[in-house]
Amino acid sequence: MSRFLAGRFGESALAVLGVVTIVFVVTRLLGDPAILMLPVGATPEQLASFRAELGIDRPLFTQYVDFLWDAARGDFGRSFQHNRAAFEVVLERMPATLQLAGSAIALGLIIGGGAGLIAAMNRGGVIEVFVMLLALLGQATPVFWLGLLLILFFAVDLGWFPTGGGGSFRHLVLPAVTLATFTSASIARLLRSSVIDVLREDYVRTARAKGLMPRTVVVWHIARNALIPVATMVGILAGELLGGSVVTETVFAWPGVGRVIVQAIEVKDFPVVQAGIMLIAITFVSINFVVDLLYGVLDPRIRLR
Amino acid sequence: MGARGFFRALAASKAGMIGAGLVALFVLLCAAAPLLPVPEPTQSNLRARLMPPTLSWDAIGAHPLGTDNIGRDMLSRILYGGQLTLAIGAAAVVLGGFVGVLLGILAGFRGGITDRILMRLVDIQLAFPLMLLALIVAAALGPSVRNLIIVLALTSWTRYARIVRGQTLALREREFVQSARAIAASPWRIMTRHILPNVMTPALVVATLELARVIILEAALSFLGLGVQPPWPSWGRMLAEGRTYMASAWWIAAFPGLAIMLTVLSVNLLGDWLRDYFDPKLR
Repeated sequence: MSRFLAGRFGESALAVLGVVTIVFVVTRLLGDPAILMLPVGATPEQLASFRAELGIDRPLFTQYVDFLWDAARGDFGRSFQHNRAAFEVVLERMPATLQLAGSAIALGLIIGGGAGLIAAMNRGGVIEVFVMLLALLGQATPVFWLGLLLILFFAVDLGWFPTGGGGSFRHLVLPAVTLATFTSASIARLLRSSVIDVLREDYVRTARAKGLMPRTVVVWHIARNALIPVATMVGILAGELLGGSVVTETVFAWPGVGRVIVQAIEVKDFPVVQAGIMLIAITFVSINFVVDLLYGVLDPRIRLR
Repeated sequence: MGARGFFRALAASKAGMIGAGLVALFVLLCAAAPLLPVPEPTQSNLRARLMPPTLSWDAIGAHPLGTDNIGRDMLSRILYGGQLTLAIGAAAVVLGGFVGVLLGILAGFRGGITDRILMRLVDIQLAFPLMLLALIVAAALGPSVRNLIIVLALTSWTRYARIVRGQTLALREREFVQSARAIAASPWRIMTRHILPNVMTPALVVATLELARVIILEAALSFLGLGVQPPWPSWGRMLAEGRTYMASAWWIAAFPGLAIMLTVLSVNLLGDWLRDYFDPKLR
């Protein structure tokens, strides 16, 4: 077990290093920050002095090492618009994003998990077709479009929920539902096929044959084994959720990290963009680390590898 | 698995038929847009602003799907927007597929350090939420159609690489590859002549499913202002523009969204069917 842990930890650390490297490569090599950040009419002298100020006139490798060192300390420079440490700006928005993504994944597991299980248990019936059609629709709907429709209907027309903003439970409902749609749909489809696979297993037949109660078989033999692929999926979905939250937060003016990133991109506040993306990426890597551990709990065979 | 068997199996599957039929219909309609009796997508008419959808065809200059805030015909914008959206999606899928298949074959065939480096790269990229990767690259490159295609392809190559590598590993041990080796065929020749044709099918399945994902991602990026620039319509761009008029003129945002949803739905149906037909194990 400790070897398994150490191995997974090493991989996660490597992934974080990779993410830092991608952010470095993208922001330093693809665009000249000086040109991006200074106004269009800046003179070559202004550009040069700005580059020196940022330290981007030095050799790339030196820059990279410095970038790694700064990133490790959470130092991404100062935000131009907020005039304080960029990492602080994004960090204080993190609880809102986690709240939104957490609600969405919980909703997704309940709705999608329930729907998938029901569909698999009603193989070949009308219910299965209906659930799977809904799931397909859910996967095909653009997040922001759904968000706009929900705002139009439930906030503008019916007035049940606020059109945007954050702070209360009523603010959370529409964005969480929006974000949970894709997740529910994916979980429903995956769980359905995974349950169908498990139903064919010998141990399910044995459990039934020895006269166990149907509910016991569903919970202990079917659900537990069918959840293994879903557990991995949740790791992948966390990425979709954290990415999707960027759009959802923008649509609903939800005060999370995603919205700050989009606003920072609009005004070219690159320290905030970098800090925000790093924060979300590290969150994602950590979630996957936890999911992998959970995976070991659900399926003891994994630990032996 | 001849062409006839393929079409017979397709005809037998309701979901596959619906998917394939709708995809074909959308592609045809969008491609034929210049031949259809619709105004130019960028032609504005300030006297016909914010006209609601109508079914009456007799009025001169009728707009079946209504008009937007500066009087441009929505139907025309949907059709031309579809051209752009589908073309960007297809280009991204082809570019991502080209890179992914190439690197996947290389990793699987060479093995060793090449394989380990490439697969580690795939893992690292997958540790980065795709939306964020697209966001930061789009922001650094600046918005344009070309950059959009590059960004979308960049989020897509890893999926091809993984599956193609797996296939290549299996193919490498097969007799025809061993024989090619025995007669001293060059690695390049083995990779292009013997392995490539045999990984095209799984790559095609991935490409179809990726097309659906890429269309949604394109729409999201355009929505955030990092995609197609005005006045050219892409579905995501139109949606973003329609957002302001959501409460007074629902059709401006509703129709492009519906177009995206139906297209993605039918591409997904087709992709799922292709995957099940060629290899149920790819799931």
